[in-house]
Amino acid sequence: MKKLSKMFIALTCVGALLAGCGSGNTAQTQTPAPAQKPAQEQSNSGSTTKTSGEPVTAVGSTALQPLVEQAAKDFMAKNAGAQIQVQGGGSGTGLSQVASGAATIGNSDIFAEEKKGIPANELVDHKVSVVGMAAAVSPKVKVDNLTKQQLIDIFTGKITNWKEVGGDDMKITLVNRPKSSGTRATFSKFALDGKEEAEGITEDSSGTVRKIIAETPGAIGYLALSYFNDTVKALKLDGVEANAENIVTNKYPVWAYEHMYTKGEATGDAKAFLDFILTDEVQKKTVTELGFLPITDMKVERDAEGKVTQK
Amino acid sequence: MSHRTEGINTERKSMIAQKMLTTNKRQKTENITGRTIAMICAGLLVIVVLSITYFIASKGLSTFFVDGVSFKEFLTHVKWDPEGEPSSYGVLPFILGSFFVTALAALIAAPLGIGAAIFMTEIFPGFGKKVLKPVIELLVGIPSVVYGYVGLTLLVPFIREQFDVLGFSLLAGGLVLALMILPTITSVAADAIEAVPQDLRNASLALGATRWQTIWNVVLHSALPGCLTAIVLGMSRAFGEALAVQMVIGNTTKLPSGLFEPISTLTSGITLNMGNTIQGTPYNNALWSMALLLLAMSFIFIVILRLLGRKRLAK
Repeated sequence: MKKLSKMFIALTCVGALLAGCGSGNTAQTQTPAPAQKPAQEQSNSGSTTKTSGEPVTAVGSTALQPLVEQAAKDFMAKNAGAQIQVQGGGSGTGLSQVASGAATIGNSDIFAEEKKGIPANELVDHKVSVVGMAAAVSPKVKVDNLTKQQLIDIFTGKITNWKEVGGDDMKITLVNRPKSSGTRATFSKFALDGKEEAEGITEDSSGTVRKIIAETPGAIGYLALSYFNDTVKALKLDGVEANAENIVTNKYPVWAYEHMYTKGEATGDAKAFLDFILTDEVQKKTVTELGFLPITDMKVERDAEGKVTQK
Repeated sequence: MSHRTEGINTERKSMIAQKMLTTNKRQKTENITGRTIAMICAGLLVIVVLSITYFIASKGLSTFFVDGVSFKEFLTHVKWDPEGEPSSYGVLPFILGSFFVTALAALIAAPLGIGAAIFMTEIFPGFGKKVLKPVIELLVGIPSVVYGYVGLTLLVPFIREQFDVLGFSLLAGGLVLALMILPTITSVAADAIEAVPQDLRNASLALGATRWQTIWNVVLHSALPGCLTAIVLGMSRAFGEALAVQMVIGNTTKLPSGLFEPISTLTSGITLNMGNTIQGTPYNNALWSMALLLLAMSFIFIVILRLLGRKRLAK
């Protein structure tokens, strides 16, 4: 009995410790650990920025996640004291987490103004890159180009067979993202002129969508350009190919900014990290390697309402 | 001599009796600590259950009381478009999807599971206990994402090629779920069949019944409440399963119209959209209402299980 109660006390202690770890982030934010400083200064001798060691959390868009993860890795390699945690969860999660103060940075594919229920005026937008999106079809589909009207007709369910747009006699299968998805919002706004999509297969991750399109004969869906590989084919829209050249001039209109929102102006490590992502080093190398477009290359600007202006 | 021993014995006995009757300090503290620990644990459990229920209910009910969606519309309309203008919150396709996929899974898994249970308890107990039982229990430990992935990679293309349909379908979901709940049904049913007294079997055989007649009319009959419990347990697992089903049923929000049509379930509707909606918006609240529905369903399953258990006790 005595042993049991001791064990119980020990367990409670462990529980309390674990709980302490959970709230440890906030505790550390208030008081940067002094013990870390000497080590930090030593390793900082060759690098550019000073870090405070405050943990930075970047939560949200799964499309942007690979880029932020890679950038965070590079940033932490350069600045030994910095701690940057990257999590997915979707654009909506990113926006709501940063708005409520639970995350330092909220990653999103869409403008905060576009999402209902987000206090957009409290958030500061940092556009870090641009991503193009294209209609993706299974390689078995013999069609390479669709006009916008054909694309709209396919996604609204008016055209149901590939032979109607010059392909083989094959049934069209729609592969959608959930109604709340940021990618779906962008695609339907700029490729389908906001027309309501017909019901199709719905999956929430770009990876699964790609797998389904690749394996289902006659399937069509949409993916961020960073997700294209040999297994799926990108369609031209009105004869315009979805590539960097056409996106920077808005000749190919289906693209979105990748936003990293902060609540109020960014400070400390969060600011250093955001500045780092905008350096040529990340923009010219990591961003392009991962299938995104450097924000600095854009020749046009687009606002939350979708109005495009020349830079 | 004998008198003396007797005296000592009585003395010792009375000492022991006294010790047993009077509580000493150590015993007392032990009793108290034991009771406190048990009370704390039980109390914590009750608090957790109550607060989860309260939390889901308060979020889920705000769809009706804050956002003004009518309860009837929520349960009976077929159009699910929370972001549309005007928005509509009909979850009937999700509810029906969940029910159909669960029923199909139970239809497939119940005969298989109970058959396997009979095999490993009545027909081939040695092999059953040594090989079959551990293997079936191993199935429980496979994570649902693995079932889903296997379903997506093998089952969906298989159905597509065999029947010349899409592949993502009610059938695929039912098959994956059936496999997932099979171990639950088998092991609970096996326990119920094992608990049938040997005397009943002997009596039946002695009356001239064949082995099959004994199994069918005597053993299964007396183990029936236990087998029903097994099926309901399996169904409650199937109803709440999200990931594996989501990967193979296609998640198309429309009323199920055939075995080969893609459908949605309550759980897949929640998991697909939860990450992209903002706390406190009508859309998010509607998802919580769907969660509340799931919770209500699991309460109903528990009530059914209790009723079945009572029936067994009464016998």
